[in-house]
Amino acid sequence: MADIINAFLSYSFLRNALIVGILVSLCAALLGVSLVLKRYSMIGDGLSHVSFGASAIALSLNLAPLYVAIPVVVNSKINGDSAIALISTSAVAIGVIIVSMTKGMSTDISNYMFGSILVMTRLDVVLSVVLSIIVLILYILFYNRIFAITFDESFAKATGTNTWFFNSLLAVLTAVTIVIGMRMMGAMLISSLVIFPALSALRLCRGFRSVIILSAVFSVVAFIVGIVVSFVLDAPTGATVVISNLIVFMISYIVGRICEHH
Amino acid sequence: MNIVLCENLSISFDKMPVLKNLSFTVDEGDYLCIVGENGSGKSTLIKCLLGLKTPDCGHIITEKSLFNHIGYLPQQTTIQRDFPATVYEVVLSGFLNSLNHRLFFSKKDKKKACEMLELFNISNIKNRCYRTLSGGQQQRVLLARAMCSTTRLLLLDEPVTGLDPLATADFYSVMREINRKHGITVIMVSHSLNAAVSEANKILHLGEDCSYFFGSTAEYTASDFGKRFLGGEKNG
Repeated sequence: MADIINAFLSYSFLRNALIVGILVSLCAALLGVSLVLKRYSMIGDGLSHVSFGASAIALSLNLAPLYVAIPVVVNSKINGDSAIALISTSAVAIGVIIVSMTKGMSTDISNYMFGSILVMTRLDVVLSVVLSIIVLILYILFYNRIFAITFDESFAKATGTNTWFFNSLLAVLTAVTIVIGMRMMGAMLISSLVIFPALSALRLCRGFRSVIILSAVFSVVAFIVGIVVSFVLDAPTGATVVISNLIVFMISYIVGRICEHH
Repeated sequence: MNIVLCENLSISFDKMPVLKNLSFTVDEGDYLCIVGENGSGKSTLIKCLLGLKTPDCGHIITEKSLFNHIGYLPQQTTIQRDFPATVYEVVLSGFLNSLNHRLFFSKKDKKKACEMLELFNISNIKNRCYRTLSGGQQQRVLLARAMCSTTRLLLLDEPVTGLDPLATADFYSVMREINRKHGITVIMVSHSLNAAVSEANKILHLGEDCSYFFGSTAEYTASDFGKRFLGGEKNG
């Protein structure tokens, strides 16, 4: 155990991964609750695919992927099942073609698809930390409004809330979170960070605030367990974090069922 | 005293005119029922009253103090039916319109939310999860929330849809109390003509081809409009 802690403290790439991962997990968990409840779970998935396409274009032009991916993802308006499927597969296809034409199907593409904790530069880390903190602050400040538009959009609108603004804010914050987390978790796996913690917390809680808090706790715990296990077993980080989230979900599901019957 | 005044209102939905030259007034303390078939423009009219849609021509005059301060009970959505929120959280969200530029609810808001829970007899389920409540209890919670955002005018969009007969009767009696005892003006969109006639003191019936009837309940039952529909309902 002491060895593991020591490793995380002494290797800067592990430390960076831990910091970025915890912040991204936290943001994704908070936003995930609203997305899942509003039946927008697949938007996270769609955004991550678009983000992959945008990152591939950025790499081929020698730009920092975050700079290109964030504006592209934020501006893509994806709604509806079929539209998401259409746009996300197209984005991935474009991305794959561009990468294979410029650099060949190298490890780069695998890194983007399934994530790697080795790829993050110092700039990535700083940018991720700043953006995550902005996401967290905005979420806390607008908590009451976010609750209102999630629970009942027409009531919120009728009482003078700018629902368009807050829906867009949710979408933008989600897009930013996904782009930040994608490097580590991979385009294929990042949406699990948005969906799993919320679903697990929904099994156990009665109130909105308790769902949010539990979802955040689950997300961070699952991430830390995931990254430590992946380090010990030398397994891919993104996939291990997803499995660790899956285990949390299964436990919540069983506990939820037991509580229902009592 | 007029609380809402609509003059020569024309509204269209998807570029199809649904209401033409509609005029009616709502006085302080009135209980107005808006009835009519599906697609007659009831929901569109509600949207105009709430200021979410601008009419093609004509105007709606409400007092300035009512802007964003109408208590609104929208139709329930599928999302709400399995939403994890406590009764208290839902009711408190009714104060959204008095937040203005503040970010969080004040102690006064929280105290008043508790008073509303008392008023609607739902203090005992304050910490229960909204989705586990019966349809009638859910409607009481939403009513308490609507009352948090107003002191004068409630706008209800088909509030008894999906309620069993007992819960429906209970809901009407709560509304009667709010209207008579607390002097809150009520505008209710309803499917049931009989309930409208027995509960409301004014009726607005939106008919086909932009025709309509507006008047007191007594005038309505005596009118051709009323006779045709009420008679039809009895015979059917």
